[in-house]
Amino acid sequence: MLLPDLRGDFPILARTVRNGKPLVYLDSGATAQKPRVVLDAEREFYERHNAAVQRGAHLMAEEATEAFEGARAAVAAFVGADSDEIVWSENATAALNLVASGIANASAGIGGEESARFRVGPGDEICVTETEHHANLVPWQVLAAKTGAALRWIPVDDEGRMILDDLETLVNERTRVLAFTHASNVTGIISPVQALVARAQAVGALTVLDGCQSVPHIPVNVKALDIDFMAMSAHKMLGPTGIGALYGRKDLLDVLPPSILGGGAVKVVTMEETSWQAAPTRFEAGSQPVAQAVAMGAAVGYLSSLGMDRVEAHEREIAAIMREGVAQIPGVRLLGPVGDANARDVIGVAAVSVEGVHPHDVGQVLDDSGIAVRVGHHCTQPLHRRFGVTGSTRASAHVYTTADDAHAFVEALATVPAFFGVNR
Amino acid sequence: MSSLEQMYQQVIMDHAREAHGRGLKDPGLIQVGESHQVNTTCGDEIRLRVGLDGDTVASVSWEGQGCSISQASVSVLHELVEGESLETAEKTAEAFRDLMQAKGEALGDDRDDLLDDATAFVGVGKYPARIKCAMLGWMAFKDALIQARKDQS
Repeated sequence: MLLPDLRGDFPILARTVRNGKPLVYLDSGATAQKPRVVLDAEREFYERHNAAVQRGAHLMAEEATEAFEGARAAVAAFVGADSDEIVWSENATAALNLVASGIANASAGIGGEESARFRVGPGDEICVTETEHHANLVPWQVLAAKTGAALRWIPVDDEGRMILDDLETLVNERTRVLAFTHASNVTGIISPVQALVARAQAVGALTVLDGCQSVPHIPVNVKALDIDFMAMSAHKMLGPTGIGALYGRKDLLDVLPPSILGGGAVKVVTMEETSWQAAPTRFEAGSQPVAQAVAMGAAVGYLSSLGMDRVEAHEREIAAIMREGVAQIPGVRLLGPVGDANARDVIGVAAVSVEGVHPHDVGQVLDDSGIAVRVGHHCTQPLHRRFGVTGSTRASAHVYTTADDAHAFVEALATVPAFFGVNR
Repeated sequence: MSSLEQMYQQVIMDHAREAHGRGLKDPGLIQVGESHQVNTTCGDEIRLRVGLDGDTVASVSWEGQGCSISQASVSVLHELVEGESLETAEKTAEAFRDLMQAKGEALGDDRDDLLDDATAFVGVGKYPARIKCAMLGWMAFKDALIQARKDQS
């Protein structure tokens, strides 16, 4: 393994679960566990520095603001952005909605001429992909419905890879937005970002990247990817819940109309109308999750100290054990690339379908061995429909996942068909 | 018996493999009600149809797909309530709901007789995430009864 055993950094991994078994946590794709430095950062903020940020003339207000903005700088540096290109949001879903709702507001004339570049209307198109999490699909469906634009999508093949043969038709001169995931939360496939961004830029479409499954697991640099927006989820990055972040190119963020409206975000308010501050302030109306932002800053610090190159390599080894292991079990189908393509350009995820056994039942048997996995459609109903299944059982890794965890998953999974009397 | 074995008792496994009442029927009755229920966490769904003949639950049929707990549960439901009086069927449904809330303990009173094969679901009560699975068909049944009572066509 390329990373040392980090379990000692994560207090929760010491607990036992069902039947007194040690915890084998393989549900990091849903939410990651937190290292002590993250828990300490949140606690220390509340114990030592808690105060309202960006206002107040007292010492603690200064300290709190410094911690809050320091965390923003840390998250920005982590993905190669500038501080004022990072907007706090409740979670990644809210970050994606912020972009879609901002475009809807611009389309309704909010923001005036300055925001006109975001306007979408009848005759325009919005393009997504068949592999999207619902959070990067539904907001675009609704934007299309609100504005009269057409929604199109890039299909995937039997292994879940995007089919780019018709990319020039699907992303064309009418396309205003191309929204796609960086890494699939089901197949683990890392998307062909370069090809997609190049095509979007050729036709002047905005690019929106869902970074939920990439930023916690592989090195990500928004400038190198040359994308316009990217959503991040702190709790999948070893940080707390209740906070996420949106990266946006500064020149775009400064003119995208906000959609959460209120105090803090405004420049001048009259009884008739309002003008907004520059980004990121214009998107941060109302009290912010300050302690959570500070803890997210600590989380990216922890990941940086490990080195994202090493994290990626480590998780790829875990992925290989899981993916090659499950492929050997009769009656178990790995969703995503198999064979030679297995675990190449794939994050540490293995989603499987067990013939004749429902995912819920699979997960229950694994749980009996202390193995925590995700069951169901993982908020990707269209992708599961494409694979011809309603749901799957997903094991997903993180920095603390060991080879033993991966082997335990494969071994327990192999007992499932017999438990349910599915004979092969 | 481990908690897992207690949940997946043989009677449940048998019902899951050979589910009864599957395939929507046209009961040819005056009062027919239908309900479609979805378990949003996993996408499982069921469409259940009830035909009332006066005060008798004359017909219960369904179609859908789901885990062994949800499939076995609706199969047992079909066995227990089809042909019973409305009063008995509703008491049974209420008893099943109480069993699911009993955290893995048997009800331990005369309702156990009413539940018959359904007492095997006692172990599900220990797994909060699975109660929804076991209740899917029963929720559809309750709703279909309401629809059937409204139906005067």
